Amino acid sequence: MTDRTKAPRIKDAVEFDLKLKPYEKFTLDNGVPVYSINAGAEDVLMVELVFFAGNSYEQKNIIAAAVNGLLKNGTSTKTAFQINNHFEYYGAYLSRNCYNETATLTLHTLSKHLDKLLPVMQEIVADSVFPEEEISIFKQNCKQKLAVGLKKCDFVAGRLIDAYLFGEEHPYGKYSNAEDYDALQRTDLQDFYKKQYSNGNCIIFTAGKIPPELEKLLNEFFGKLPLQPPPIETEKFIIKPAAEKKYRIHNDPDGVQGAIRIASPFPNRHHPDFLKANVLNILFGGFFGSRLMSNIREDKGYTYGIHSYLQNHVHSSAWVISTEAGKDVCEATIQEVYNEMKDLREELVDDEELMLVRNYMMGIILGDLDGPFQLIARWKNIILNNLDEAYFYNSIQTIKTVTAEELKELATNYLQPEKFYELVVI
Amino acid sequence: MIQYDRFVLNNGLRVLVHEDNSTPMAVLNIMYDVGSRDENPEQTGFAHLFEHLMFGGSINIPVYDEPLQMAGGENNAYTSNDITNYYIQLPADNLETAFWLESDRMLSLAFDEKSLEVQRKVVCEEFKEHYINKPYGDVWFKLREMAFKQHPYRWMTIGKELSHIENAQLQDVKNFFFKHYRPVNAVLVVAGNVKTALVKELAEKWFGDIPSGEKYVRQLPVEPKQTEARKMEVKANVPLDAFYKCWHIYSRLDERYYIADLITEILSGGGSSRLYQSLVKEKQLFSNIECYHFGTTEAGLLAIEGKLVKGVQMEDAEKAVEEELKKIKQEKVSEDELQKVKNKTESMMAFEDMSVMNRASSLAHYELLGDAELMNTELSKFHAVTAEDILNESQVIFDEANSNTLYYYASGN
Repeated sequence: MTDRTKAPRIKDAVEFDLKLKPYEKFTLDNGVPVYSINAGAEDVLMVELVFFAGNSYEQKNIIAAAVNGLLKNGTSTKTAFQINNHFEYYGAYLSRNCYNETATLTLHTLSKHLDKLLPVMQEIVADSVFPEEEISIFKQNCKQKLAVGLKKCDFVAGRLIDAYLFGEEHPYGKYSNAEDYDALQRTDLQDFYKKQYSNGNCIIFTAGKIPPELEKLLNEFFGKLPLQPPPIETEKFIIKPAAEKKYRIHNDPDGVQGAIRIASPFPNRHHPDFLKANVLNILFGGFFGSRLMSNIREDKGYTYGIHSYLQNHVHSSAWVISTEAGKDVCEATIQEVYNEMKDLREELVDDEELMLVRNYMMGIILGDLDGPFQLIARWKNIILNNLDEAYFYNSIQTIKTVTAEELKELATNYLQPEKFYELVVI
Repeated sequence: MIQYDRFVLNNGLRVLVHEDNSTPMAVLNIMYDVGSRDENPEQTGFAHLFEHLMFGGSINIPVYDEPLQMAGGENNAYTSNDITNYYIQLPADNLETAFWLESDRMLSLAFDEKSLEVQRKVVCEEFKEHYINKPYGDVWFKLREMAFKQHPYRWMTIGKELSHIENAQLQDVKNFFFKHYRPVNAVLVVAGNVKTALVKELAEKWFGDIPSGEKYVRQLPVEPKQTEARKMEVKANVPLDAFYKCWHIYSRLDERYYIADLITEILSGGGSSRLYQSLVKEKQLFSNIECYHFGTTEAGLLAIEGKLVKGVQMEDAEKAVEEELKKIKQEKVSEDELQKVKNKTESMMAFEDMSVMNRASSLAHYELLGDAELMNTELSKFHAVTAEDILNESQVIFDEANSNTLYYYASGN
């Protein structure tokens, strides 16, 4: 008879010897570096062009997002429809995203179609024209989407908390208003595009089953363009945090839940506390078994989910607690968050819980290193944050060795309620 | 081609093994043949609430999550109209932990009163977060009720109303468990860095002695064929007018399912699709428009939804949608356009199958549908669809008598 009360023996995940598969790197004729991971069984491929075209580079609000959003909407020889039709015909996905420092143009395709798709991708990088008609549709639709978003408490809370942390002038703190869309000018878009894309700084990441001719193809289509290698980036924006710490906003008279955000500034990945804080964050609110989830969801039932995280910024981060809770239990939820902070400041985490967090984090990383797209994403994060592979191995080492005393000390330094902005949007 | 081995335990539990030694991880996926369609109309939302209770401790193991996290694993679950699925991913070395946890909760739950009390609240907050406290969040409650008069697809998986969840009792929980959560009503898939021989051994060891249970025989009310158009108007505190329309389509195993699926791709599968190009870009009547279907096991719905550009009249928006539907009903789709949506489908399947977790849950789903091998024949069914099929089925589906329309007005207007 099997004894079901006894757990099977496990191999502690901390015993795993995790290795980050190294990338291969080559440089195009114009100096643009290409990082590549050749892995995976399926004949699929990802090619991502990263431009230094995030909102840190814009002179007016939302220019960076608008240019990125309109990249697929016309070149001098192709309409938006023709561009979309081309990629879709080959079952490929061409997506774009705009962040604070960077903005991307990303192709996912079956490897066999690559040679048909790169020429059009090149056209988009070198020859986008931003037709007036497309800009006007873009403005209208973005404004409508914004209007719907502003009815949602979580959307409103997400904007406001960033503005409190960094100030509305800062790339990490600013947000869009309907007037910003109204003010969009075609010439602003064209100028930004020319500077940050067609003559901009670029890094290429590629992953999947890499065909042998990839280097030649990338050089042919992107290596002859007037693109440049990435710039040396420095922090050039001043953070102007809000003076007032506590906010209660009534956004929707019919609201039945409040969006709660509790947040405090935190240094970036280069700070010696970052990796340890990452472990403390998991324990605090970073997974299903965290203190916050166990208490506020699994014991009190105040919310469907509560999470804490360190914001993914290059220059300056923030430690954020985020949840949507029943309208009547918002204040009780906030109190419980502070109670959990207090507990972490005053009590040492016991060995079993710390071991669980270590094993959980190692298991997640092991699973996360699975597959070419995940591997390149990890490398991309390292490279764009001006780190190297030592960061990966240090983070593993920290997970394995950080002590309960160190976590308590970190909590004492950082998890102090008076350092946190506190916001409820109903 | 997805390779797999299949065997059945004496208690009726079907087991599939998919080996992929390129990953250090293993996935254990259990799909139960029960969804919100199997609920009592007075106790809707129960299958989903029950899914939450599956994490509240089992007969021999007081807490489910901690031992799994200790083994470096993570897990989640979801409930649909048709099925309930539980999955674990963990380092392959610790696979047995997953067997231990999953088999114990199939053996019996702890049926803890406190867990029920807390999860009732958690699910009510989930309900509020996704369906009440969100503009347009109530749309599918209304559309389902309009489109289905008999069949249990007429309510949402989250439940018809909060009170159904608030009133759930422990005895209901027990009855539901012993009716549906038995080996004979489940499919177990183990995938990743595993070997069939070991899986067989572990399956016997941990699941072999669980009483088989009674095979659940589904006898759901049949939805009578809709014979006249249904329409409804609502006004709500939202910023934009929106248009919703849905039509009855075919069950998952019907050959025409693949035709309906490609129809949605032609109409709205991306930036070059018909509805987007015509109604968002050219006529500028909608700020977004989508066409999709629910992929349900039994005959479900195909829907079109979009938000109107401010100032556009609902009648004009509707008329423009009708014109596009008329086109697909009257003119054969070109070979290029058909090829495009087939290529898209092929590529989508290739990307989905990159993840072991997806492969595992797909195998379980096809096995529950009747044959895991469907996973390997699916693509050829899409390829077999002709322009003629698209034309004919568009005429059948987009018949006005088969339609349900919801005009959703912003109350400010």
